[in-house]
Amino acid sequence: MQRRIPARAFSFEYIMWMFMRISGLTMSILALVGIGYALYIGARTQMDMGTLLRWTFFPIGTHVAASDIAVLEQWINPFWTIMQYVMILFAITHAFNGFRMVVEDFMGAGWGTQLFRGLVALLWLFSLFIAFNIIQTSGAI
Amino acid sequence: MALKRNVGFWQGLKYKGGGPMWAWILHRLSGLSILLFVGLHVIGAFLTAQFGSDVGIAINVIYEAWWFQLFVYFGIIFHAVNGLRIIILDFWPALLEYEREAIWASWFVILPIYFLAAFSIITHALGG
Repeated sequence: MQRRIPARAFSFEYIMWMFMRISGLTMSILALVGIGYALYIGARTQMDMGTLLRWTFFPIGTHVAASDIAVLEQWINPFWTIMQYVMILFAITHAFNGFRMVVEDFMGAGWGTQLFRGLVALLWLFSLFIAFNIIQTSGAI
Repeated sequence: MALKRNVGFWQGLKYKGGGPMWAWILHRLSGLSILLFVGLHVIGAFLTAQFGSDVGIAINVIYEAWWFQLFVYFGIIFHAVNGLRIIILDFWPALLEYEREAIWASWFVILPIYFLAAFSIITHALGG
């Protein structure tokens, strides 16, 4: 059976393919910035592994307040709030697109795929809403 | 139109794809696990913060347990380093010739980082 190869175009799949690479790279850099800053403010002697990783991936208020050292004054500023929003936006989009790719590998074409994509889009928006709500209510700024 | 594949799950496992196949499987598995666990963790935090629900606390007790973190760390470190390998090979396709070597190299990065993290978690959990 001849496999039908889609024509090369600026399609949805191409955009998402590019997005997965770019967001993956971005999240790695954001994580390194988080680890770097946590080490700079004394993670080596004053944080456990969980706290360090909270700083790395999602330095929101409840996470940082849960650590042993009082770092809030070094952390409450717009820079880290922007970091949280960028990280969570990339992470949730990357995650749900990856989920969509895996599931669609086991689906044929047709209206079922369209329905599934609609459901994933709804879940994606719902997760973004929840995550943004957590950032807003976590005592930041 | 999707490809018609009459290949079962167990048959698929016998495919001798070697390193690239296992990297592909582990990448998907770790990605889906991260979506599941971190998604539950975020929903748990939301439920606790908004409704004071016990469900969120119950989720996070499991999520933050040290033995569970061992799995989460492996998934995240593997997914991150293997993902960087995929990015590098995709943006410089000439390097695809060395894909197997690249996978070995990624394991040489993953395992030391993981065992360092696991060592820290275990000594902290057992030593108090």
